[in-house]
Formats: sequence, structure tokens, C-alpha cells
Amino acid sequence: MSGFSFPILPTGHLLAIEGLEPPHISALLDLAESYALLNRQGKTQRDLLKGRTLINLFFEDSTRTRTSFELAGKRLGADIVNMSVSTSSVNKGETLLDTAATLNAMNTDLLVVRHGQSGAPALLAQKVDAAVINAGDGTHEHPTQALLDALTIRRRRGRLEELVVAICGDVLHSRVARSNIHLLSAMGARLRVVGPPTLIPSECARLGVEVFHDMRAGLEGADVVMMLRLQKERMTGGLVPSSREYFRFFGLDAAKLAVAKPDAIVMHPGPMNRGIEIDSAVADDPARSVIGEQVEMGVAVRMAVLDVLSRRLRRNA
Amino acid sequence: MTKLLITNARILDPGSGLDTVGSLLVEDGRIASLSGAPAEGAETLDAGGAVLCPGLVDLRATVGEPGAEHRETIASAAEAAAAGGITTLCALPDTEPALDDPALVEFVIRRGEATGSLTILPWGAATKSCAGKELSEFGLLREAGAVGFTDGARAIGPARTMRLALSYARAFGAMIVQHPEEPSLAGTGAATEGELATRLGLPGIPAAAEAIQVARDIALARLTGGHVHFAHVSTAAALDLIREAKAEGLRVSCDTAPPYFDLNETAIGGFRTYAKLSPPLRREEDRLAVVAALKDGTVDAIASDHTPWDADDKRLPFAQAAPGGAGLATLLGVTLARVHAGDLALPEALALLTSRPAALLGIEAGRIAPGAPADLCLFHPTRAWQVRDGKLPGKAQNSPFDGRALEGRVIGTWKRGKRVFG
Repeated sequence: MSGFSFPILPTGHLLAIEGLEPPHISALLDLAESYALLNRQGKTQRDLLKGRTLINLFFEDSTRTRTSFELAGKRLGADIVNMSVSTSSVNKGETLLDTAATLNAMNTDLLVVRHGQSGAPALLAQKVDAAVINAGDGTHEHPTQALLDALTIRRRRGRLEELVVAICGDVLHSRVARSNIHLLSAMGARLRVVGPPTLIPSECARLGVEVFHDMRAGLEGADVVMMLRLQKERMTGGLVPSSREYFRFFGLDAAKLAVAKPDAIVMHPGPMNRGIEIDSAVADDPARSVIGEQVEMGVAVRMAVLDVLSRRLRRNA
Repeated sequence: MTKLLITNARILDPGSGLDTVGSLLVEDGRIASLSGAPAEGAETLDAGGAVLCPGLVDLRATVGEPGAEHRETIASAAEAAAAGGITTLCALPDTEPALDDPALVEFVIRRGEATGSLTILPWGAATKSCAGKELSEFGLLREAGAVGFTDGARAIGPARTMRLALSYARAFGAMIVQHPEEPSLAGTGAATEGELATRLGLPGIPAAAEAIQVARDIALARLTGGHVHFAHVSTAAALDLIREAKAEGLRVSCDTAPPYFDLNETAIGGFRTYAKLSPPLRREEDRLAVVAALKDGTVDAIASDHTPWDADDKRLPFAQAAPGGAGLATLLGVTLARVHAGDLALPEALALLTSRPAALLGIEAGRIAPGAPADLCLFHPTRAWQVRDGKLPGKAQNSPFDGRALEGRVIGTWKRGKRVFG
């Protein structure tokens, strides 16, 4: 699983999908696919990252993404340390860059960062020697989520190009939506975003998507329906009047899904708000929902990313 | 009695239209003559054909005193100002504490005098603590030397407060300077709303937040007969409103700052916090509208909008980084870029930095004429240099122009006849 003729992540970090070229994305997905296969066969590659240190630096709560990176790192044999904001010195007034200097002094090889501020991993990447992986920054990007979504879609539909993908809900605050828009449009899919105007970012169409404010119009003929999480504070912030109104017009239920292609798949990055953005009957329908497979692909994609970013280290070893 | 004769200079006084190659005699801190006659006992300086203009009058800068001396002191600001050809500077009042007390205004003026190189004319706080609620003591502050009133980087939000400020200031012949940004609409935004902010995942400030504030305050100027001045105007829509208000004969004026006619929003790409400003950098159409408004006279002055921050204030995730840029040393050079680009004639550009802001303030500065104070700036109009973080004069290094190559460099600055730079 080596021998690509070009560096798959030329910057030595994975900070964003925007800027990656289709060959890089395809190479990452191919590698992840092979890890998915190994995982299903119960095989591991525990020597690949042996002696390497991976730090999960999470300034925001996350169970699934952190666990997914942890599992990916362990399957490749890395030493893993989890640092979360509640247990670190960041709460004592230490700045992000002080933290970076500390981690640097510990000879960290791979740094997985989640932060509430857009651009925080990019700032860290300027100051640390480790390869930085953005595990979600503010409302900017969540690159590994987009990769795992793309891999899931590719496995289910055999391709990405020309597929109609509808991303629905709180696009304004969604890093998942941004990364998916960049990735899927680079790979030739036809992107739609669907949501109330107050939750669609300014000039969203210029990202290469078609914007809809009506679920049925937006889901018409879709191959993939990707639901986004609506956070409760959006309602207190006045962007949406109530959860019942939101569910009525923008929540995914069987009736709205009926206008999509008969074999359309339903995705959600989790954690779900059942009865707000998605009806349980849809979320739990094994014929439509691929939410479980998304989680499985998450580990494979993160193994691929760790593999690629550690190649430089292994070459220098 | 000290005498200085500057010869072989292109003497440019935008206020009178004087533009001639000749000599200028300084005697006892004042301009004695422009006759070119040899002066007995005078020290002579051959300017080598460089441009000699009035020392620049900077309408708007933050100097760090009182309260933020770790970012900039009046002494370090004066060093940067002298290197930028600035000899008069109006300091913003949103300091810690705010300049809402006559004693504080006097303190800042005295600290300026102590530099020997820079006259500092403080703006008084429009409201107590610049908190936007109760008016401060305009009369007493004016007597102490405040040139006008503003809450600095904070907009005077409530319409009633602005109405009262515009109205009450008339009694003391002072203008109210507004930061034109409707606060509830701007919210916690960090960049101009639009495609770029969407891509970067940054909370946006719609450009309309500026036009809305300007439209409201023009209506209040009409209501009260007061003089409203809009600082660092950055959008086409706001400039259109100001142009119309001026045509209507209202007492409305405005300034802009170099970033708004030299840079556009793309400067924040890669989360570059040195380019995080307030108001935020705008799109290219707005930058072009600012250039057009410089040309047609809608803009009354170019101010440095100098806002010193130290590295810790800027080395943060973009939305958390402090807004504002260092601007004293680059004020002239970036303005001259508009001259080199053919947008402005040299005298027009210099008027925006000297005679026009001085006239707006009604102060004796920004002129070259016999009897005027010998506050002078000598610059080479095409000498090239590069703005470099860490190499700028003064303390503040947070220039949005970091890396920019400029043509036009100050080679000498005089304050009341005394050479303070070069």
C-alpha cells in the first residue's frame, strides 16, 4: 500500500479538503477502502506506526471522532494520548500556541486537533513539527468526515461522479457540509444544499451548489440525502423559531424521502437529534440508512490518513 | 536663532496649490520664507529634488496610552509617526481608562509635547467610558483640548444617544466621529460576509451594517444640524450615502484608511490575522469604490487608523484575534501607491494627508506658508522599500501590509523646525 508516484497530502498535514485535487482524494479513498477490507478480515498492521506518538487534542467534546482516531491509531500500532480541554492546562489560561510548544517538546508525530475556532489547526500546524490532522475546526472543515462520507457513498453507489447529493439542514454552522461540498464537487457529484435561508451561508451557491429552501424540491431525484445536526442553541439564537416547525419543514421523514430516488441512501454525521432533523423510522431503516457504515468507514479513512501522513517519518527513520 | 535652508526641493503645499522647485527657509520653528534668497548663517540641506510637503496630519490613531503601554507608548508611536512623516496625530479615546475626563485629555497632550516630535490632539470620549450610554463632558473636554468626540472603535449604538451627542456638540463647535457599523447586525462577525467568509467558516459582518449606520446617522445629522464624521469608511453603499448627504449640504464628512483602498478581503486568506481589521476588509468592488471616492473628493482625509497589538493578540484563531493594524509608518507609502497607479495626482493625495484633515479639525497644521509652523515631511516619491514585520519603527508590528513592496519613502521629518527623523 505504498508506491504512489506523488505525495497524497503534499502539505504534510490534513487541514482542509479545499485545495486537495481529485487524484489525491481518490488515492486516499482507495487506501481507506483497502483498510476497510483488512478491518473486516480482522487483520491489523500494528508495526506501521510502532513507536510513533499520536496525540488526540480535543478542545471540544467529541466521543465518536476521538474514539475513531484512537482505534485507527491503535490498529496501526501508534502510542496514543488523549488530551481534552477539561483536563489540560488550556483552562488555566495557556494559549493554543503554548500548548503547541509543549506538544512539540514531547516529539509528537501526529497531532489530531478538534477546536471550536475556524483555522485553529492551521495555526497549530505553523508552530509544531508534527503532522496535523484537522478533526473539525469551528464552522470551517472536518476533512476526515467528508472522506468517510465519500467512501461510504462510493461503496454503496459504485461511484461519486454525477450523483445527486442533497445536504440538508444547518449548513451555516456545519464544517461537515463545507468539507463534503468541496470533496464531492471536486469528484464530480452534483451538490444541492437544502435548508431555511437563515441556516444557509452567504453566497453558498458560489461553492458550486444549488440552493433549495423546500425539502421536496431539494430531494427530488437525489441519490444521497445527507442530514446535518441542528444544535439546540440555533433555536435560542432565533435562527429557527421552534423544533416542531423545523421538523415539519426540514426534518427528514419517509414522506419527504419518497421524492428521492427509490434506492437513495440516507446519511448523518451523528450524533442525531431524532424528531428534529430526522425521523427515527428513516434513521433506523436498514434499506436506506447507512449511518452505521459511515462509522465503520471512519476508522478506515483515519487509518489511511495516518498512514499517508506518517510516510515521511518512516522514510526518514 | 536657528536657521535651516532646505534647497533644491520640490515644495508642495496642497492647501494653496503651490508646487515648485526651490528653497524653504525655517527660522525659530516657523517657515520664514519661500523666496529662495540665500540666508545668512543658515544650515543648508540639499534635498536633491525630493518632495517637501507639510508634515502629515493623522486624523485617527490609537497610541496605547493610557492603559496599553505593552502594545504601544506615546514615545514609540511618536517614533513610528516621525518615520512616517506624521507630525500631528489625533489619538482615539477608547483607552483604559477612556479619555472622558479633562485631566486625561491634558495628560495625553502633555505626553505628546514631551516627545518633541509629535503633536497629539486627543479625541474626547463621546460617552462616559466609551460605553455608549451617557454623554461625557463635551464642554470641559473641549476646553482641555479635545478636537471632537467619538467612542473610537465602538459605534455609538442607540439612536437617541447619537442624536443627543450630535445636538449637544453643536454648542461647542465639535464634530462627532462615528465607527460606522450597526452593532447588532455586525454581532461577533470577523470578516465581511460573503463567499470567502463562508469558505473559511468565519462569522460574517454584512457590508450593509456600514450603510445602515451611515444612513441613520445622516438622518440624525439632518435632524440636529450637528456635524457627523464617519471614520474608516469602506463600502460603496456608505460612500454613496455620504456623497448624497454632502450634495444636500448636510454637515457630513468622512475618512478612510490605506487598507481599504489597497487591500481587499482576500488578504485574510489562510486565516491571516494581521489582515483582520475593523471594519473588515471588503470585496474588490468596495475597494474600487473607495478609490473612486478618493478621486471625486467624497473622502475628506486618509487616516492611518493605527491600531497597535502585540503578537499574542494576533497569534490566535482568526475569530479570536484582535482587529486592527499598525499604520503609521506605511500611511504615506500606501497612499503614494494610488499616485503611482494613476488614480490620484500627487497634490490631491497629499491634500488628503495634510491640508484637508487640518481644515476639518480647524487647526494650524498641514500647510507650507510663511509664518506657519515648520512641520515638514521630505520624501523620495519613488524610492522602494518593503514592509517587514519586525522591522517597522515603533513597537507595533502588526501591519496588514506585511511583505508589501512600496514606492515612496520618507527621508526627513521636522517638527517645529527640529529634525526628528532622517
